[in-house]
Amino acid sequence: MAEAEPPPVAPSSPVPGERVYRHRLPVRIWHWVNAVTLLILLMSGLMIFNAHPRLYWGEYGANPDYAWLAIGSGPDMGFLRIGDTRIETTGVLGRWTDAAGEEQTWAFPGWATIPTSYSLADGRRWHLLFAWVLSIGLTLYMLWTLFGGHLKKDLHVRRAEWSPRHIWHDIKEHARLRFPKGEAAARYGILQKLSYIGVIFVALPLMIATGLTMSPGMNAAWPWLLDLFGGRQSARSIHFITAWALVLFFLVHIAMVLLAGPVNELRSMVTGWFRLPPEKGEGA
Amino acid sequence: MSELMLPRRQLIARASGLVAAAGTMPLLAGCDAINDAPVVRKILSMGEEMNRASQRALIDRGALAREFSRADLSPVFRSNGTKLPPGAAYAAHVATGFADWRVKVTGLVARPLSLSMADIRAMPQRTQITRHDCVEGWSAIGQWTGPQLGSILAAAGVRDSARYVIFRCADRIGDDLYYESCDMVDALHPQTIMAWALNDALLPIANGAPLRLRIERQLGYKHAKYVQGIEVVASLDRIGAGKGGYWEDRIDYEWYAGI
Repeated sequence: MAEAEPPPVAPSSPVPGERVYRHRLPVRIWHWVNAVTLLILLMSGLMIFNAHPRLYWGEYGANPDYAWLAIGSGPDMGFLRIGDTRIETTGVLGRWTDAAGEEQTWAFPGWATIPTSYSLADGRRWHLLFAWVLSIGLTLYMLWTLFGGHLKKDLHVRRAEWSPRHIWHDIKEHARLRFPKGEAAARYGILQKLSYIGVIFVALPLMIATGLTMSPGMNAAWPWLLDLFGGRQSARSIHFITAWALVLFFLVHIAMVLLAGPVNELRSMVTGWFRLPPEKGEGA
Repeated sequence: MSELMLPRRQLIARASGLVAAAGTMPLLAGCDAINDAPVVRKILSMGEEMNRASQRALIDRGALAREFSRADLSPVFRSNGTKLPPGAAYAAHVATGFADWRVKVTGLVARPLSLSMADIRAMPQRTQITRHDCVEGWSAIGQWTGPQLGSILAAAGVRDSARYVIFRCADRIGDDLYYESCDMVDALHPQTIMAWALNDALLPIANGAPLRLRIERQLGYKHAKYVQGIEVVASLDRIGAGKGGYWEDRIDYEWYAGI
């Protein structure tokens, strides 16, 4: 892989408008492999969920037991029930119209699942193959992050950044859609650092661990997984909740990319090179 | 219970849904073409092989599925698949309390057997409270009693060329009888039993009366119900469509169902 060596970082601040090398190759490769992998895992996961659209806490849970979350259908309507709250979701969840114009009563609609029409077998095959891509990729990326300098160089939260004032300031700036300009834009902000650390070291490992906890084979090998998550059905619930936390991360991530300048952001995640946004008053 | 059912009634499509569906149709058709392409099927089946190989490497042959206490039992143990095998033959067995039910042990064995339910109950028994995990996602905990499959196979004398055990069932789905299979690692696992009792009562019809397989480190569809035949073979190739089970042959469920 021919890779232009990044220029040595000048101790002086880069000039706004200048191009800086922001994302190293492992970041870019993992980012795009993961983008595809997580999309496939989500959509095939929703297919698997469709086979039994009910979630429980504890070791067991089946139709006669209380489900804390259920997606279902009544006559002429679909619904999502969480606890005692029932929301009508006709057209999206529980009752929707497929591409052939026929009404279906599976939980998640065909446009959100792999494959588009019900097949638990195929959903599982996609899910359980791409789970390997995620696991191997994440393991390598974690090692590179910890030992390849990514943590130290990009993700390490400096002491000053931990101050509540600094964090609150960053939250306010984001809420006002005021993003770092000039040299500061080349580095991750505190909220970025915390979200990336959360995804790499909390959410994705949690997805893999709860996924393995649902495996009867792995339960025999590593029974402590059941104790860690409070049982197989609890693990299934945590798997589902964490998947949606990752969807939320994705939505915020996309919103930030769009607001911060999609062309520049996209280019930097493809080529590594990022053009520093000009300081205020220098024109856009 | 209406939310538990998945009615397939086709009602009049909503206009809004139709418009949305028409827009996404080419994209979705493209996705499904990928799903069905032979090369993709081949790649997808690699996942099963990786899961089987890694679990076989990682899980000790004798590693036990967790056993629970009576306090952990599901209040109701649900059933799935066949609830009552169709046909006069099974009905006659029900009428006689399975007095004439025979389990034939055949194939690569030194002494083929034909066991009555009394024979099976007279063997050394194992009772275990385990979790049943359906491929669909639900779990139920029940207490199972029956002889270890290993004792039955030992009584028959398994030949060295044996690689797999086929379970022939009395329930017909469509035109074909249900069957399942496992390798010798799972066949000889201490928790692999032929259960005739669930929660201290005779096995209910919906759960596979009079005899079903418990293969505790794999998913529910491997746990063959209404077992009439135990056949020891060297290869799965000539059994059914060759993939080792009823659902494996028809809808491409994984033969190795440890995950």
